[in-house]
Order: sequence, then C-alpha cells, then structure tokens
Amino acid sequence: MTSACVESLLGSRPQAPAAFASPTLGWLGRLRADAVERVGALTVPTTRDEEWRFTDISPLAKMAFHPVRTASRLPAAAVERFYLEEAPTRLVFVDGVYAPGLSRPARDGGVVVASLAGALSAHAPAIEPHLGRHAEFDGNVFAALNTAFLQDGALILVPRDKTVAEPVHLLFVATQKAAASHPRCLVVAQAGSEITLVEDFVSLQDEAYFTNAVTEIALAEGARATHVRVQRDGGQAFHIANCAVTLAGSSRYRSVAVALGASISRYNLNVLQAAEGAECTIDGLALIAEGQLADTHSLIDHAKPHGVSRQLHKCVVGGAAHAVFNGKIMVRPDAQRTDSSQSSRNLLLTGKAHVDTKPQLEIFADDVKCAHGATVGQLDGEEVFYLRSRGLSDAAARNLLTYAFGAEIIERIPVASLRHRLGQTVLERTTATS
Amino acid sequence: MICQDSKTLLEVRGLRATVNGIEILKSIDLTVKSGEVHALMGPNGSGKSTFAKVLAGHPAYTVTGGTIRYEGASLLDLAPEARARAGLFLGFQYPIEIPGVANSQFLRLAYNTVQAQRGKDELDPLEFDDFVREKMKLLGMNPDFLDRSVNEGFSGGEKKRNEILQMALLEPRLAILDETDSGLDIDALRVVAEGVNRLATRDNAIVLVTHYQRMLNYIVPDYVHVMGAGRIIKTGGSELALELEARGYDWVGAELKAAAGAAA
Repeated sequence: MTSACVESLLGSRPQAPAAFASPTLGWLGRLRADAVERVGALTVPTTRDEEWRFTDISPLAKMAFHPVRTASRLPAAAVERFYLEEAPTRLVFVDGVYAPGLSRPARDGGVVVASLAGALSAHAPAIEPHLGRHAEFDGNVFAALNTAFLQDGALILVPRDKTVAEPVHLLFVATQKAAASHPRCLVVAQAGSEITLVEDFVSLQDEAYFTNAVTEIALAEGARATHVRVQRDGGQAFHIANCAVTLAGSSRYRSVAVALGASISRYNLNVLQAAEGAECTIDGLALIAEGQLADTHSLIDHAKPHGVSRQLHKCVVGGAAHAVFNGKIMVRPDAQRTDSSQSSRNLLLTGKAHVDTKPQLEIFADDVKCAHGATVGQLDGEEVFYLRSRGLSDAAARNLLTYAFGAEIIERIPVASLRHRLGQTVLERTTATS
Repeated sequence: MICQDSKTLLEVRGLRATVNGIEILKSIDLTVKSGEVHALMGPNGSGKSTFAKVLAGHPAYTVTGGTIRYEGASLLDLAPEARARAGLFLGFQYPIEIPGVANSQFLRLAYNTVQAQRGKDELDPLEFDDFVREKMKLLGMNPDFLDRSVNEGFSGGEKKRNEILQMALLEPRLAILDETDSGLDIDALRVVAEGVNRLATRDNAIVLVTHYQRMLNYIVPDYVHVMGAGRIIKTGGSELALELEARGYDWVGAELKAAAGAAA
C-alpha cells in the first residue's frame, strides 16, 4: 500500500489483546494475519477504480491518522444527550474503544449484547463461523484494515425464536482529532428471532478524524432484523463503512441508513439473499451541504428463488455538496421469481449541488420482476405554488417540501425518539439551506 | 344570489396573459359581487383554467395587459400567498400530492397562516384536530385522511373533498373552483356540491370553472359565462348552462362570428 496515511496506520498496529492469545482462538489470529497481508497487497482506491469513480478520497489518503493510544474517559454527561429512551441496552465506543462505564450490556434470556473482546472466550463457537466471514476483505482495503485492527467491537447474539422487543443502541463517539477508529459489529440472529439495532456515529469535536467501520449481520431461517444507521460524524471527518448482511431462508432485513455528517463518507451495504424467500427493505437518506461528499454503494444479491427486495434511496444536496448513489441489483440464474424494486430520488437545492446516481441491474434469471427508476431535480414548481396558494410564504413552502422529501425516509425509523430528533435535524438543515 | 346592494369583490378588465410567450387570455372582463355564484364554462383550451390560475397568481403565467381588482385594490402586485391571505381561494383541478407532509399538518399550517393574517387566534394541534374533524364530518370525509400524506394515494374524489375541506377551513371571500366536478362519481359530486352550497353566504362569492353542466344541477349559478379563445363570449343565467349541455359550444362561437359580421 502506497498511501502514507494507511502506512502510518499499519505501522502502529497494536498488539492483539491478551484474550486473543488463547490456543482455541487460532482462527482469529489467522483472520487478522490474512487481513494484514491483504492491506499490504491492496492500494487505496482512486477515481480510476470503477467502484470509486465519483468519489475522490485523495484528501483522506493525504492525511495521517493514528490509532487511539489513550482512550478518552468521558463523563456520562458528555454523551447522555445521544442516548435513546427506548433502548435500555446500549454499548458505547469512544474513539473506537469500548467504554464499559457508559454502556449497559445485556445477557439475559440467552441474548448477548456485549463487547466482543469480553464475550469472545465464552461465545467463540457462535462467533467463529461469522466474524470476518460476511464482510469480505480480499479486495476491499478498508474492510481489510478494519479486520487487521480487530481487537474489540460490538457483539449481538439472539437465540432461536427470541424477540428482543426494545432496540439495541450502539453509540460511536469521536472525541480525538487525527484519530483513526475501526468500529466492528457482529450480529448473529438465530432462526425465528427478531431484533432492532441502531448504529449511531456522533462527534464531540470538529477536527478531522477517520472512522472505518465494519458491520456483519447474519440472519438465520425466518429471523428478522431492523437496522437503523445514523452517520452524523463531525464536519471534517472521514467515514468509511462496510456492512455485509447474509439472509437465510424467509428471513427479513430492513434498514434505514441516514448520512448527515462527515466531509467525505462512503457506505457500502451488501445484502446477500443466500436462501429462498428472503426479503429486504433498504432505505437511505443523504442530507448534505457545503462541500460534503456522501456516497452510498449498495448491492442486493438475489442468489436464490422467491426473494423480495425494496429500496428507496434519497439525497438532498445543498451548497456545493456531492452525493453519489450506486445501487446494484444482482439476480443470479437460480433466483427465479425474484421481485425487486429500486428507486433513487434526488433533490438539488442549489446550482452547485451535484449528484451521481447509477442503478445497476444484472439479471441472469428469466422469470423475475425488477423495477427501477431514478430522478434528479429541484423542487416541483406546482407543489410550491399549491402551498403558496394556501397562504404559505415561498420560503415556508420550499422548506416544507424539502423537509418532506427527507422526512419520508426518517419516518421509516421505528424508534420514536430518534425519528423525532432526526426529523428536527432535517427541519433545521432544510430551513438553513433554503 | 344576486343582491342589489352587495359590494363588488372582483373586477377584471381587459385581462391578457401569456404562458411561455403564447397568449392564452385575450381580454377578459368579469365582475363578481358578494353573494353571487358564477359558472365559467367553455370547451377545452378556451382559457378557463388559465384564468383561474392567473387569478390565484401562478408564477408560470405573465399578465401582459388589463387589471384585476379585488375588494377595490389591485391583485396583480400580490404574491400568491398574499392573495390567499386576503381571502382568495383556488380549488385545484389536479390537487398536488405531497409525500412526507401529513395532511393534518398541512391543513393546520394553512389555517393558522390565514388566521394570523386576520388577527385571530391560531390553534394548537389538539384544538385543530377537534375543529377539523367537525368540518370533515360535514363533507363525509374519513378522519383517517388526516394522518396520511397530503393527497398521496387519495382517489380523485378524495382529493376534491380535501380541496373543499381546505375551502371550509380557510373561509375565503372569493373561491374559484377549477373543475371540482371532474373525476367525481355522482355520489361524490353530490356530497362535494352540498359542501360548497353550505359554504356559500351573502358575504362571499364562488366562481365554478367547469366543462359540464352536471355540477350546476346541484350548485345553481346566478351567471353562466362561456369562454372561447381567451375571451368571455357569452353571459347568461343558469338556463344557459342547460342550453350548452343540449347544444354544445360551437353555436356560441358561430353566433359571435355572425354578430361580428353583421356589425362590420
């Protein structure tokens, strides 16, 4: 790898924690070693790479970040405002380091919500088949880097037929400038179980830092997961994330991913429907302004018959910001009777705002239903006039319509307090940019 | 109803308007007094809907000549929202769908904006909820429509009822209803028409823009105007609508041409 940034990161690679040294955890050592090897072989992508054509991450490659040497000790008062009243179970990571004092793990009824390092020895048989097996890092330098640094993370295990009624909150807080963190999350939901997960990335400072997250979610037969992801990193931050989801037969995955923060962000979401009758609903919203860049790349891989996928991705782009959406739908030869729809809708608030949207359908089965569409535009003049004809000022009408455009996604978040807060954020942002 | 002593609400003189540089309205004269119901009829393309939108201030249309006076003052310098706050209401032919905005939120926002303008108290969500439900009952509307996004997924009839609900909330002095009858089945038409009749008073006026006579069975106009090629070419009483229904529009134009020929 040529980039000074990643070299500096790897050069200071910390030793694996003592817990990893156990002779029964040889697989974990090998996983990390493989990842280190891949980081050495791969390079930081440039706009010459097809997958990064619209997203220039050279500003990231030019900077030097270092892993957190001394973990910040935060008082609860510093982060309480991010807590969700609906979520009694919460894991907090500060600059990527697990903060037990701020967390409320859970271990009842067979449900495990805990730090990965702490739970590793007790749950290794449940973890080994999944950790590093869904988020492939062979050709992905950032996933490889995350795996090379793997020492802790969030672990969520849901036993068979167990419904976890209340959402689980994973809160990632950035406090140190120039810090690199590699958040890791593994969710394994056994057959017939159900869980709602909120991943929330926030910052207490405005200087540059680097978040490089990997999340793996494995749903067994008939399991259901709702995954809310909120990226509200600081304005100078770099945020790269890979999420890999594997769906067994008749399982159902719903996700709402909201990108509000960071200078440059990239979210790769790969959903594999590995068995018959799996369903996924994937919604996204990027609400950005000024010089921000937000890129979402999704892949829905229909590998088996009778799969259903629904995707609505929206971008609200103000200032001179740049949004990218690449939505790939793969329908493999086996995946007959696939029912898939994808919609990309984009609202440009200024003349300098920019969006690149690319639906990408690769269909190798013949008996399928696949619909897709993309729109890019400004507010509809007829909608504005309709509201003005009811007495709303031009500015109020435009704000309301911009808000509504984003709110359609926010409303799909099943956690009321978070939905309300993000609705407020959308309201403030759309009022400010008009 | 026509009253001798009622005041003039709307006075249009020699109104000309263009859209994309094409002249659609070519000199319109119309006077509407309070208490009156006017029907504006005419074939497709005669300029009816354009006239309605120009009155409401649609920015796509440019007024190139003439005057519009509303309650004695010029409307032309007023933005659409100022016209609405002054008591002018346009019921849309195709009400706009707004996903993401709850109908209740939209209705309350519009209501409170106009209330504030009139120096009256605004209603909080709870107070408004009670108030709007009463109004909906009169229109036979299911309260579920409050929680849905504005007009989204509403049937044609539901959208038109929602327009009349807005009229009921805003209590305009001059309501222009653009093809409110289109897309309505006969039962919905009756309900909507009854709603409009209930809102008609001595102090306000209604202009019904319609292609067909059928709504005029329920809302009986004091005047019927026929538009052709951007002008009002004939004005009569409610019996004119029946004649148009029986004979179509062509004869009105022919009659005008013959009269023009005789004059020359």
